[in-house]
Amino acid sequence: MKIRSSVFASLCLVFEIFGIALFLRGFFPAPVKSSFSSKTKISDLPSEPLTGNNPNSSKVPGPLFRRVVIVLIDALREDFIYGPRGRQYMPYTRHLVERGSTLSFVAKAQPPTVTMPRIKALTTGSIPGFIDVVVNLNSPALLEDNLLWQAKAAGKKIIFYGDDTWVRLFPKHFMEYDGTTSFFVSDYTEVDNNVTRHLDSTLKRDDWDILILHYLGLDHIGHLSGPHSSLIGPKLLEMDDVLKKIHSSLISRETEGSLPNLLVLCGDHGMSETGSHGGSSDPETNTPLVLISPAFKRKVGMEKPGTVEQVDLLPTLALSLGLPISQNSVGRLIYPVFEETSLRDQLRFLHLNSYQLSCLLKDSMPTFQKEEGYEQFHMAEKSHGSWMKLYLEGNASEVLSNMGRKVLRQYLDALKAMSSALSRQLGKYDMYSMMAGMILVLQVLLLLLLAMPEALSGAGEVDVPVASALLSLPFYLLCLLSCSIHVLLCTSSENTCYLCDLSWGLVIAAIACSSALFCVLLTLAAKKLAPGTKLNTKTQGASESEFSELDVLLLMGTVGYVISLASSSFIEEEHQTWYFLINTLCLAIFQDVCRKYFREKRGPGDDRAYLPPKGTELGVGSQKWLALATPLLTLACCRLLRSLNQTGIQWAHLPDLSHWLNSWEHKPELSLLAAASLVLIFFLVQRRCSLVSKIALALGLLGVYSYRAAVGNVLFPWQHSSRDISKGTVEARFVYIFVLGILFTGAKDLLRSQVTTSDSQLKSRGLWEAYCGVVLLCSLLFRPHNLPVLACSLLIQTAMDQFIWRELQYDAAQITIMHYWFGQAFFYFQGNSNNIATVDISAGFVGLESYVEIPAVFLTAFSTYTGPLLWACHLVCYLSAAQDSRHAASVGHGCYCFALLRSIPAVAYIILITALRYHLFIWSVFSPKLLYEAMHTLVTTAVCIFFTAMDQSHAGPSYS
Amino acid sequence: MREHEIKGMVSAHTIIASSIFIATVMPLFFVEHFSVYGTHLTWLYSVSGSVAVVNIIIFWLLGISPPTKKHTLGYKVSRAVRSCLYFVLSCLFFHLVVVLTVHPCSIRCLCVLGPNVQTWIRVFSRDGAMSVWDTSLQITTASSVIGAWLGAFPIPLDWDRPWQVWPISCSLGATFGFLTGLIIAPAWIHWHRKQLTYKSK
Ligand SMILES: [Zn+2]
Ligand SMILES: [Zn+2]
Repeated sequence: MKIRSSVFASLCLVFEIFGIALFLRGFFPAPVKSSFSSKTKISDLPSEPLTGNNPNSSKVPGPLFRRVVIVLIDALREDFIYGPRGRQYMPYTRHLVERGSTLSFVAKAQPPTVTMPRIKALTTGSIPGFIDVVVNLNSPALLEDNLLWQAKAAGKKIIFYGDDTWVRLFPKHFMEYDGTTSFFVSDYTEVDNNVTRHLDSTLKRDDWDILILHYLGLDHIGHLSGPHSSLIGPKLLEMDDVLKKIHSSLISRETEGSLPNLLVLCGDHGMSETGSHGGSSDPETNTPLVLISPAFKRKVGMEKPGTVEQVDLLPTLALSLGLPISQNSVGRLIYPVFEETSLRDQLRFLHLNSYQLSCLLKDSMPTFQKEEGYEQFHMAEKSHGSWMKLYLEGNASEVLSNMGRKVLRQYLDALKAMSSALSRQLGKYDMYSMMAGMILVLQVLLLLLLAMPEALSGAGEVDVPVASALLSLPFYLLCLLSCSIHVLLCTSSENTCYLCDLSWGLVIAAIACSSALFCVLLTLAAKKLAPGTKLNTKTQGASESEFSELDVLLLMGTVGYVISLASSSFIEEEHQTWYFLINTLCLAIFQDVCRKYFREKRGPGDDRAYLPPKGTELGVGSQKWLALATPLLTLACCRLLRSLNQTGIQWAHLPDLSHWLNSWEHKPELSLLAAASLVLIFFLVQRRCSLVSKIALALGLLGVYSYRAAVGNVLFPWQHSSRDISKGTVEARFVYIFVLGILFTGAKDLLRSQVTTSDSQLKSRGLWEAYCGVVLLCSLLFRPHNLPVLACSLLIQTAMDQFIWRELQYDAAQITIMHYWFGQAFFYFQGNSNNIATVDISAGFVGLESYVEIPAVFLTAFSTYTGPLLWACHLVCYLSAAQDSRHAASVGHGCYCFALLRSIPAVAYIILITALRYHLFIWSVFSPKLLYEAMHTLVTTAVCIFFTAMDQSHAGPSYS
Repeated sequence: MREHEIKGMVSAHTIIASSIFIATVMPLFFVEHFSVYGTHLTWLYSVSGSVAVVNIIIFWLLGISPPTKKHTLGYKVSRAVRSCLYFVLSCLFFHLVVVLTVHPCSIRCLCVLGPNVQTWIRVFSRDGAMSVWDTSLQITTASSVIGAWLGAFPIPLDWDRPWQVWPISCSLGATFGFLTGLIIAPAWIHWHRKQLTYKSK
């Protein structure tokens, strides 16, 4: 079966996407969960272990506290309280920690240290996996069993003020609430005043049981200017005042005879030295946890705070409020909180916690009976029973308390063992699915590589021997073999594989596909090896001698990049690799240009011919100097953009231009820069559009500026009064209309060129208009300080297109590799990194009143991958123009190269990450990168399909 | 003739290489707290200076200098000014492009080629070399550029070594590349002496 190389490449990529999806499913463990939406009820709780039947045995110990106030300060780092800055800026809290009746801990948050998963961890006690974060960039209502649901079911009244993520997670759980949107990161006073203004009246009232306050200001300051900013001190002082107010109010309302109150101060995550969060470094994961209540012993001096897990807060709070522990909690109670209760109650609390963990263990692990913790729990339960018997008999001797303490220790050990077993379960891989996915992508890559000579040939067609492979005997044998392996794997071991859960039809289809692919591969390889060997080596030898420095560089760069993926530092600092590569690329191009313009003009053996040609026409002269200037201009642009966004890990804390631009006092400069960039974008893009599109583009760009002004990022020159900042929905939708309009015009032109007349002029205009639409959408989604990135990328594209690529006659493969490299570099120029924390989620809200999943995900993905997409779009425009003028199959070649360029690193990375799956940095460095790779492959597939569509439309006339 | 030239080149290169070595060791006795990492710029200046001096002496002795036509005083002055200008420009270029400051190699090029742009372009384009010295210059330049290029690789690694800072690893790489080039050039010319044909001047 003969197919065009663009179709072939797209098909390969589609298969690869399936393989990667399968691999991801195996690599990211599904979070530990018993049944999803059921909730623990009081009546489900086990009775106190007791030999003999006492009617009161199933009673849960009463609550320890009357009211609880939880003060959650976003991004509160452990050293903001326990460090020297705590002494300076949080004097009251520090005094309480050192001398008050408090318990203080360092609570370790699990990565990803992002607010929403942390809130989930605090309220459900479960550890959401990485995949949870990606799937839930939004925050739909939390269906899992959680503390707030339990509290509400027990008739407790909850009041909430703060980040509105809570309101979305827990709809209808609060008696009263006021959600503050964390939409505008640049605002760090209003968000907190919004919370504090309710405080006085609420504290005076008596009608609530739980009060939750979530302060966002500190986090916003962190994002704006880092943990050492001068804004941090005043903010901490403000928080200290809030805490003092709440604490004194709680103490003054403490009444004799009733239960004491509890004040909890905690952070959801810390902040790194750059002020961001999301990773797993110590400053990001270590948060303070201070429990303040008269029920605790008064302290005599500062002790080093002990370390607990963040999820441990949930069982502690649940039990001390007399509520059942949520089903999926993997935490264990913080023992010192219960130290002052009677031994019987202590044992009972421990029993309840261990029972809950053992249930979770039973649900999530087939081999739970072999677990050490599970056995320990049963032992402890048994000795608990005999202790109870003695206790109820009225025995009060030394023996009883000694025995009780032994039971206690047994329980604590069991809790620890079960908790760690559950956490270990999170790190388990589904190797079967991973291997299946890996085999699939490897086959696709080999197929792509084997087809290279054919795909890059002049005809641009690949002969895929599907029919012969499907009818061959090895195909059926292979199918049978794979099926038997599948059956063997799924029946023998009890491990739960994703593939084993799939229906049989799907599995057989997948197996048939994979086997067919393998047979095609074999046939192709046999064909390559057998008859045409001589011919092959000949052509290879010929092409080898033609290898220029540029080819060597492009090849070495690609190979070197793939090798660099094995090192965690190179992944963290991947932007450096790309900056380095494009700098070198510019040098190589510069050399090529020099060679072209200075060598070719030389007359043979003439001394004077070394001088630049003077007599030639002016056009050629200026052309030469422009061509010489282009690589230098590119270098200058890259240098400028590099200092715009510091990214990566090691140097991310260095001050960069975007921080400078985003501070309040530099708003005029930012406005000027944004306006200049928009004007530049207009002039660079409009030249090949029709008049209608030009006008639409101009209006759209104007709309972009007014949107940014409405949101409060930039200033209107004629408007000095500070207007209310809105969401700018109207302005953004205005721009969307123009984007759609331009895209529609482009599509219309493309269709017309395809259906009625094979007019290449019309087609290239249509393509360019589609490109225009993409540019306009980008400029809407980019933050204003990033607009220069867009302008520079357009500038480089225009200059390279005009003076370098057309003049130096690079072939499609070279052009594609250059575009790919530039796309990658611009991905990092716009501030992205291989860390989930740098994804700009705010792009998903542009022009939307509230969170709507599909557009938000699409817009976020689009704005993240703007760099690669823009360059890919430009590549389509360029190659399709080249196809019309010079090479018939250049679009196909470009598409094939693009697919190959994406497949090589993706497949290499999948193999690498499988080998490195027990690496120390697997969760913090390697797995986010895996998600980026998968997403990038998806984007590339979309681009390649677009390529194929463009290729198709031209195939007819070129062969007629 | 060719053999004779190669021998001369070997000895010249040995002298240059040893001058680099001396320039690294000597300042230890004169400058306080001298180290390659700590006082990197001083080291670089000392190496470049010694390479320049040695080059000028050698080529003056050997009589290999760019062809000069007139010897008027004005011409000499303008040549001196122009070579200074080109030197500054080449430093700037190197700084921009190969992220280097003052590099021994560019000085060597200047010494051999003189301040004529066209000669530079001629020598550094493919098969434009007109003597053994031009070829050796091509090889040493290429190897030190590649050395500087490779020198940038370890910067992102988190080993926390003192030489992993920006200009140091690059200029160290360039220096090592230059030294390798000095060794390779005579050897390469020796092996390829049959294929090498130079056009007469
Ligand atoms: Zn947060
Ligand atoms: Zn944050």
